[in-house]
Amino acid sequence: MRLWRGRSGGQEPFDPTQPLMATGNLRRRHAVSRVIQGLAVAAAIGAVAVLVIVIWAVVSHGIKAISWDFVTQPAPKGVGPNLVGTGVIVGLATLMAMPFGVLIALFLSEYAGPRSTRPVQLLMDVMNGLPSIIIAVFIFALLVAHKGQAGWKASVALAIIMVPLIARGTQEVLNLVPGHQREAADALGVARWRSILTIILPAALPGIVTATLLSVARAAGETAPVLLITSLAPGDSFQLNPLHAIPNAPVRIFQLSEEANPEGFTEAWGLSLILIAFILALGLGSRYLLNRSKRKMTR
Amino acid sequence: MSTTPPAGTASLKLARSNRQSPTRKRADRFGDIALFLICAAAAALAFVVIVLIAKEVVEGAQPAFSKFGLSFLTHSKWAPPLEEFGGKGVILGTLITSAIALLIGAPVAISIGIFLALLAPVSVRNVISPLVEMLAAIPSVILGFWGLLILGPVLVSTVEPFLHDTLGFIPLFGSPQTTGNSVFNAGLILTIMVIPIIASVSRDLFMAVPGELQDGAAALGATRWEVIRGVVLPSTVSGVIAACLLGLGRALGEAIAVSQVIGAGTEAHLSLFKTGGTMASMIALQFNSAVNALHTASLYYLAALLLVIGVASNLLASWIGSRFGDAGGVMR
Repeated sequence: MRLWRGRSGGQEPFDPTQPLMATGNLRRRHAVSRVIQGLAVAAAIGAVAVLVIVIWAVVSHGIKAISWDFVTQPAPKGVGPNLVGTGVIVGLATLMAMPFGVLIALFLSEYAGPRSTRPVQLLMDVMNGLPSIIIAVFIFALLVAHKGQAGWKASVALAIIMVPLIARGTQEVLNLVPGHQREAADALGVARWRSILTIILPAALPGIVTATLLSVARAAGETAPVLLITSLAPGDSFQLNPLHAIPNAPVRIFQLSEEANPEGFTEAWGLSLILIAFILALGLGSRYLLNRSKRKMTR
Repeated sequence: MSTTPPAGTASLKLARSNRQSPTRKRADRFGDIALFLICAAAAALAFVVIVLIAKEVVEGAQPAFSKFGLSFLTHSKWAPPLEEFGGKGVILGTLITSAIALLIGAPVAISIGIFLALLAPVSVRNVISPLVEMLAAIPSVILGFWGLLILGPVLVSTVEPFLHDTLGFIPLFGSPQTTGNSVFNAGLILTIMVIPIIASVSRDLFMAVPGELQDGAAALGATRWEVIRGVVLPSTVSGVIAACLLGLGRALGEAIAVSQVIGAGTEAHLSLFKTGGTMASMIALQFNSAVNALHTASLYYLAALLLVIGVASNLLASWIGSRFGDAGGVMR
């Protein structure tokens, strides 16, 4: 590790009698350091600037479209059915994904030995890294081809996206549950399953809720699955039955962006604003919840 | 759930009710086995889903695979009505857009990680970190829409002519086109999507580097940058590479935003400013409107390629993470 030697001074023997003074070489090193620190600051500012520019564009364009009718009325006037539809699809997906995510996390943190932990963990990582378009194609091949579109099929696809997110978040809080609580329960002769259901899960519940909310935020904006699986519903009437194709927000934005129609663009901006506000509020809310519960658990 | 009772009382209550009668014992044994089986079944089902995904996608691709074989990868003509399909154009498009995303995104994201973990005061970090993560929360369809209407026109009017004038001798920077839909635009949108992923992972990595090592280097006279280059980066390089692979996986597989801004071209070319396509965007755009069975099968073929690349990059990332992870590389 050549840290303390300058590029030129490295080979000379160290002379302890020399006064410690900033040479030109040291000034150069400090200058390099400052320049690079400046670049790092600039990179961070740049990322935040992009966020601000994108959100500002969505807000400034979208606000023109927003009205009570826009939020509640069906197609020509508003996007009510799309918003409700996204709620139905994502809600159903959450109901499917949450038990599986929590159970897999329980398996990983409470049951799996070192040998079975790694493959399951790897499985979750792979599932998390799968492109959503692949999951969409998979559900299309399995459920939609020759059988027709339906809202619940899109929910299954979204659930596959949500499970690894919920599992990882739940696992993190399960690991935060203090070990002495488990040991205390064991020492008192409480059966494993009782201590899991009555002690460990309740203690981890805020974290589980947080992970679920974050996965909902992710699923609400996922477009590829709903595009392939439930895109054929016109938004001119409310459709709540998950056995039919359900109109929804991301597909509407996508379709409007493909048509070169200024009015459609305005509608898409408005829909984007609602969607992004919902997602960011969920993200911030769950972050707040997580921090609070983590503080409580580690205290 | 803010009123979780202290564990002691809960376990006491449990223990008091826990009379060691034979029926109780049997119930507990049954409960233990049942809960274990349910949890294991959930994990097994996840495995089944992954296997099913591979099976369905490969089965769907079968007709195209038996017709074209591996020449699909090198053939560039994509003509659905003529039943001629070659993936070279979109594979090239995927590689170019992802390369742009990583070449621009990785250095920027790692710099952000350095800033957040090592340079910024805690109060600044607590503000900037959530903002960077918010960037990852923006739905791809909205980012794509923004790229189409806001970023595209800016690129066409200023950035692309400038790059063409200064770097036009490189074939990548061909003459600008009339619309903002281009491979370049798609690459930039992917850059925005990749940055928060790499930045948050590398921030966590850098924060885990022991402070003693950094202080030691600083005490020997290293400047801030020399501490970073000499201690922080070498000890985390494997993790940073894994983070970049995760970002790459995301960039390769992004379908929606890319299909909005790339302009649905199918020919193989190297010019950044022309329209193009990626494997994922081609699937998103054409899957619902496939004109014949072979067309669908060819799209499945692309999906299968994407699946292999996606799984491989994830496995590689986690292998690097576990193989070279921890503090193993600290003193290299």
